[in-house]
Amino acid sequence: MIKPITTPLTREAINSLRAGDKVLISGVIYSARDAAHRLLFEMIKRGEELPIELEGQIIYYVGPCPAKPGRAIGSAGPTTSGRMDLYTPLLLESGLKGMIGKGERSKEVVDAIVKYGAVYFGAIGGAGALLADSIKESKIVAFEELGPEAVYRFKVENFPAIVVIDKDGNDLYKIGVEKYREI
Amino acid sequence: MREIHVDEITAAVEKLCVEANGKLPEDVKVALNEAVEKEISPLGREILSDIVKNYRIAEEKDLAICQDTGFAVFFVELGQDVRITGGDFNEAINEGVRRGYKKGYLRKSIVDDPLIHRKNTGDNTPAIIHLEMVPGDKIRITFAPKGGGSENMSALRMLKPSDGAEGIKKFVIETVRQAGPNPCPPIIVGVGIGGTMEVAALIAKKALLRPIGQHHPMPEIAKLEEELLEQVNKLGIGPQGFGGRTTALAVNIETFPAHIASLPVAVNIQCHAARHREIEL
Repeated sequence: MIKPITTPLTREAINSLRAGDKVLISGVIYSARDAAHRLLFEMIKRGEELPIELEGQIIYYVGPCPAKPGRAIGSAGPTTSGRMDLYTPLLLESGLKGMIGKGERSKEVVDAIVKYGAVYFGAIGGAGALLADSIKESKIVAFEELGPEAVYRFKVENFPAIVVIDKDGNDLYKIGVEKYREI
Repeated sequence: MREIHVDEITAAVEKLCVEANGKLPEDVKVALNEAVEKEISPLGREILSDIVKNYRIAEEKDLAICQDTGFAVFFVELGQDVRITGGDFNEAINEGVRRGYKKGYLRKSIVDDPLIHRKNTGDNTPAIIHLEMVPGDKIRITFAPKGGGSENMSALRMLKPSDGAEGIKKFVIETVRQAGPNPCPPIIVGVGIGGTMEVAALIAKKALLRPIGQHHPMPEIAKLEEELLEQVNKLGIGPQGFGGRTTALAVNIETFPAHIASLPVAVNIQCHAARHREIEL
């Protein structure tokens, strides 16, 4: 079964998701990767107002290719989430409810996901052309000087993802691998 | 002496950058399609089908296969009877990268220094150029854009000769296990055995250029490739790390003579978007 979900994420939506569920995300999501995370983290630490509203939102770890004329965005698949781990607990504390990326998260991040009731989605790494089809509008809303690492506001329709870590800390990477591991 | 103008090199590189990032080599496509049939995990099969769908969309809509269009890595075999005219050879390649990444709407992923400023250079330069002089009057340029996610999961170890094949197996399997879902499996595992530290790393990367299904000419090494592929696929990581039997599409080993004291081993991991393309001038 594929669950349609919309942003901002509600408590009910988060509670209904389990590791391994397939979802189609619609609404507004924001891109942010390494450099943008460091800047957002520092702004929160300094008590400054952020360029994006985090409450209930989803951040997509992506640095897209530039858009060709007539397209909303170029290829836009997920980057490795682990590099954002240092910054993620503070973002979750500040209201962030969802993340889309690929790869494992640290214990600190899993703990923060459970503590603040959030969810970590996986999108298919290396399927940037396929995923870009679900991004209907894009606009740079912060840190334009970072080039591909700028923060984009994406309007997505039926963006395909899988729940990797749910609000209880269940982890599809562990569950899935355990099922097929022979050594 | 055959003369080749730098403009010809720049034009060739521009074309390579655009084409390689938009179209997978045939052997990789075949391997991905075969994996869809062979994978036993239902979710794994769906993911592999989406990966196949992705490269088709990239071709149809003229998009990059993956948004990480990589560090621009070149292997150049320069014929010793070639004279480059009209300018700087390295700059000719960098100019081709600049033009190709602009023309192809490819992502610019390089920062100017690794630690202090990390400011994007804005044009995906500098390229990494591995230059080798060979007999003849041709230039063969292989372009292999390398994404950061899989490169980050690579590793090198200076083993002892007494560690032997078992030591190598253990190290390769441990490296793939630790990489887990991060390098976008199914992966291709490039292994470099021998030489000095930097040669092991370089031949591990070169191993990634060998077509899937083609083995090392030494039967003992070819057998090691097969054994390692089987073992790696028993780790259960599977497509995207969600569990399954297709963790790697191939394990390719390259070897080089070694010092009497040494057994260097490098593991270079390549994601399923195993892009490379070559041209001869």
